[in-house]
Amino acid sequence: MGKLSVNLCGIELDNPIIPASGTFGFGYEFAELYDINCLGTFSFKGTTLHPRFGNPTPRIAECSAGMINAVGLQNPGVDDVIGEELPKLKQVFHKPVMANVSGFSIEEYAETCAKLDNQEQVGWLEVNVSCPNVHGGGMSFGVDSHAAASVVRAVKAVTTKPVIVKLSPNVTDIVAIAKACEDAGADGISLINTLLGMRIDLRTRKPVIANKMGGFSGPAIFPVALRMVYQVAHAVNIPVIGMGGVQCAEDVIEMMLAGATAVEVGTANLIDPFACKKIIDDLPRVMEQYKISSLADIIKGVR
Amino acid sequence: MKQCIYTIQSNEPLTESVYQMRLLGDTSAFTKPGQFLNIALDGFFLRRPISVCDYDETGLTILYKVVGKGTAQMARMRPGETLDVLTGLGNGYDTAKCGKHALLLGGGVGVPPLYGLCKALVFEGKHVSVVLGFNTKDEVFYEAEFRALGVDVTVTNVDGSYGVKGFVTDALPAQYDYFYTCGPEPMLKAVYNATTTSGQFSFEERMGCGFGACMGCSCKTLTGTKRICKDGPVLEKEEILWES
Repeated sequence: MGKLSVNLCGIELDNPIIPASGTFGFGYEFAELYDINCLGTFSFKGTTLHPRFGNPTPRIAECSAGMINAVGLQNPGVDDVIGEELPKLKQVFHKPVMANVSGFSIEEYAETCAKLDNQEQVGWLEVNVSCPNVHGGGMSFGVDSHAAASVVRAVKAVTTKPVIVKLSPNVTDIVAIAKACEDAGADGISLINTLLGMRIDLRTRKPVIANKMGGFSGPAIFPVALRMVYQVAHAVNIPVIGMGGVQCAEDVIEMMLAGATAVEVGTANLIDPFACKKIIDDLPRVMEQYKISSLADIIKGVR
Repeated sequence: MKQCIYTIQSNEPLTESVYQMRLLGDTSAFTKPGQFLNIALDGFFLRRPISVCDYDETGLTILYKVVGKGTAQMARMRPGETLDVLTGLGNGYDTAKCGKHALLLGGGVGVPPLYGLCKALVFEGKHVSVVLGFNTKDEVFYEAEFRALGVDVTVTNVDGSYGVKGFVTDALPAQYDYFYTCGPEPMLKAVYNATTTSGQFSFEERMGCGFGACMGCSCKTLTGTKRICKDGPVLEKEEILWES
């Protein structure tokens, strides 16, 4: 094992850095810029059973230390992801990829995951029960322990791949939901998805986002994310992937000390397309600075 | 796409709110007129996507309007300061689709990308007619620059204070083989309805990344879903689907 490597649900990652779903597409835009095989893995664009256009535009609003998005799970649908995106991805990425899945019913989650279960390229299923931008699905499963557990059970029944549940911070007790997912058989937890936010245009007096509200992300949410990763990692016995406002190698180490086994980087990719590569390249320097010989050793190392 | 550091050579107002900035740096990622760059500004989270007016081997020119705090900060920047930019973004205009006589229709800050396009068309030996639309006389810019390329130029003003009174669609020439346009969406719709040939439209949308990763600027077209930043900003007339 290298000093950057970690084990995520039985699969070795060369390093803990994972571009987060929705900020990395299916990898090609970034593969034009650098060899994306330097990544631990990446979580591909949230996939649903049927194709989705998503929400009307504007879908993006700027904030002082972050942004709001209301894309609304635009994706070509699982059949096209398997038929078109994965074969293209195979040309540029040679590691197991994380398949991010969303749904509008428990049956949809299960059917989509069953289809992806057959795909050799898929290493993990990241089941998103936390998208704030769609109605009647996504987050509605992630704000209720029973609903979240039902999704996990249905998905676990159709796959042998590790199932990681991506949780919403827009809840009163994230620990209870994480534990319910663990009890239902989840192999890992990833958190946090975006915080529900809003901006208003002073000229038009209308919300900037056509969908009125959207998911707030970026460095502003890092302390909230870190706190929730700390709470969940100390309450469950399955690996936790930390994410939310991570921008640099120091943030990665902080997330891992709080309890993260791996770290997803999202919005930073949109501002600096080289963000993940820079973090990976910078990790050895920061590890040396803080006398860390192996990243795997510092997981949950907060005193 | 390439990430580059550009040095500001000049940054001067052309009108009360439109500035011309000349940037020096690597332009090798640009392949066509009508592409854009995405500029990082200190203290602002998202980059600012700005269309390229003209570029050569040593640098490029952008014309931008001060509309918010970000562009106001750009207007205060001085020669010698540097900018972190993503370059070579978007598909740009395709000059190969044009016959002998091209019509260029620009409105307000939609005018800048048409300048580089005009140069390219003239270089290819095309006859070019240009109609530049503004609200009022004080807002007119780049008329002389277009005239210096030796093309037919008509300026329209909504209030009639200069040139032809009305919109760009009130000054269409009798004959042209193909058109290119950029401007506010109501103008683009009017151009769509008033023109009789094929043509290309450059669209604007709020963007997250500017390079195709976030799906923040997607639109529906008759040829499928497109990202304005990556598959656009230029769309062909035949594929446009007006949403409202």
